[in-house]
Amino acid sequence: MDAAIEVADLRKTYRGRRTGEVRAVDGVSFRVERGEFFGILGPNGAGKTTTLEIVEGLRRPDSGEVRLLGRSPWPHSPDLTRRLGVQLQASAFFEFLTAREQIETFAELYGASKTRAAEMLETVGLAEHANVRCEKLSGGQQQRLSIACALVGDPELVFLDEPTAALDPQARRNLWDLMRGINADGRTVVLTTHYMEEAEALCDRVAIMDAGKIKAVDSPAGFIRTLDAPTRVTVASGQLTDARVKELAAGETVTGDDGTVVFETRDPRRLLTALASEGALEGLAVRTANLEDVFLHVTGREWRG
Amino acid sequence: MTATAELKARTGTRGRAYLSLFKALGRGWIRDRSQIFFTILLPLMFMVLLASVFGSGDTAASRVVAVGDAAVLDGADPDELTVTRVADLDAALAMLREGDADAAVLQDGDTVRIYPSATNSTGGAIAEGRLTSLVDDVNVEVLSAAAPGEPVLATEVEEADGGTLQPIQYLAPGILAWGVAISGVFGAAGTIVDWKRDKLLRRLRLTPASVKTFLGAKVSVNLVVAIGQTAVFLAVAALGFGLRLSAWTWFAVPLVLLGTFAFLAIGVVIGGIAQTSPAAAGLSNLVTMPMAFVSGAFYPLALSPQWVQWISYASPMRYLNEALQSVVVYGEPPTAVLPQIGFLAAFAALVALVSWKTFKFDEL
Repeated sequence: MDAAIEVADLRKTYRGRRTGEVRAVDGVSFRVERGEFFGILGPNGAGKTTTLEIVEGLRRPDSGEVRLLGRSPWPHSPDLTRRLGVQLQASAFFEFLTAREQIETFAELYGASKTRAAEMLETVGLAEHANVRCEKLSGGQQQRLSIACALVGDPELVFLDEPTAALDPQARRNLWDLMRGINADGRTVVLTTHYMEEAEALCDRVAIMDAGKIKAVDSPAGFIRTLDAPTRVTVASGQLTDARVKELAAGETVTGDDGTVVFETRDPRRLLTALASEGALEGLAVRTANLEDVFLHVTGREWRG
Repeated sequence: MTATAELKARTGTRGRAYLSLFKALGRGWIRDRSQIFFTILLPLMFMVLLASVFGSGDTAASRVVAVGDAAVLDGADPDELTVTRVADLDAALAMLREGDADAAVLQDGDTVRIYPSATNSTGGAIAEGRLTSLVDDVNVEVLSAAAPGEPVLATEVEEADGGTLQPIQYLAPGILAWGVAISGVFGAAGTIVDWKRDKLLRRLRLTPASVKTFLGAKVSVNLVVAIGQTAVFLAVAALGFGLRLSAWTWFAVPLVLLGTFAFLAIGVVIGGIAQTSPAAAGLSNLVTMPMAFVSGAFYPLALSPQWVQWISYASPMRYLNEALQSVVVYGEPPTAVLPQIGFLAAFAALVALVSWKTFKFDEL
């Protein structure tokens, strides 16, 4: 069976009058297996959306090759687009239609039934808002409707371009559950995001993208393992004598200020057990490495979101 | 599946996609109050307003203010001249300035002095003409009495080209042409700017429906709107203002459809340039408003200055207006407006080519 997506050496350069040449996509290659939840993570302007649009077949690359479900997205073919579900960054809706009319129109374009359309509204939690005009829906509701429109044709492969951007944390968590469900149904999902924790929470594998290039691809856990960063254990100061702190650190780094002591350890189990047996757990915080550290490590730049 | 069966299935799918898109876009149009206002209500308001403004004045009696006796006015026909009397010239001139009279008359022995209004120069000129002819009539009477049996010339005025040109007869086709232009230009420009923002076209490119189907549905909605406008405007002109519709009135439909293509093409060019909705609306106004003035939409071209008439040759609205007036008002057959049809078609094709060549599809 073909991979869901195969991308080889994509390049796209924009020439702006003021900006000069911008290499938006600069030699990008990756492969997404069927059933995978694949994330493209990077700051704004990293080239995520351009990459996605080339893969979807909305833009033509200057060079490079794309295979979607074993075939080229260009020229457009209804046989391929029928198997794709797409959610774009802007909520692309027909003006002045209600949520139900909107999704029913999309359903008709994909040859899906009205029942299916109603089911999808239910799935994304908009059944109660079916008769509300799209422009009156909240940002989160619009994104969910947009995703429902992407799913109405029962696609094998779903593209989600920053679906949670500009949403409040609660709405974002709700969408996460929805996206997990889409993948759990057996669909391949490709998600772009500039939220670290989102990629970490959802994706099987993540491509870290910066300045038009994919810097590294791995699972979130794999990234963190490779990073091999120490665990930072923080407790409130005043519970341990300086000598005891030094002993517990066992040669590893200890920092801290007036209120806290911070251990950086490769053996958190030993340290935590020792702290527990001394009853020195006040103000305890344990922080393992996360994708933010990975980004810093991979790109050499601080994460700016 | 055989080739024909496959073709049939494809056409069927495309037909269904077209219908659902047409339905979605049509619904959107009907629910958009600003569309209804700009394409139907605004032009109707202009028609009603202009028909009342131009309709009064021409036929009403001239208001003449007589200073002192002015015995010559004694024989005035009250249908032509309404006479009020004041004591002195200053009071009469003040009334002229205020626009309360069209002319002042002062009779000094055998001299009849006429002061036509400068405030309302048209009304002043009409009043002057009527007063002069009144004086002439009095003179003829005096002379005939002095020399009985001497023949005098008499004039008789007959109505030419099917009667006098009533304002509604040029306003109905003119406003219709203008309305069609507004909805075409604003519609296309606004839609394209919307697509730049909401990426609807981009999203639809990734559905099994083709872009051609979508654009076809969009243009169809505009054509149906144009037919609706035609029906509403002609109905109001006929029922509200007594416009007599000719037997060839149905031919307004293909004319309006052709005009819509030309105006949509202009709108696409504007939509390509503008980045925001206000910019699109502003630019559309900048094109359609002057075009209406130089195309005889509000005022007969024949009465416009020469330079306006020259510019009008470059305006598609002029040809639509002319053709509509010919078939709807004067009842000329479609063959009589072939030159206008030819120009409209050529214009539509040219602008469509320009918009196709200059359009940045990447922005959509």
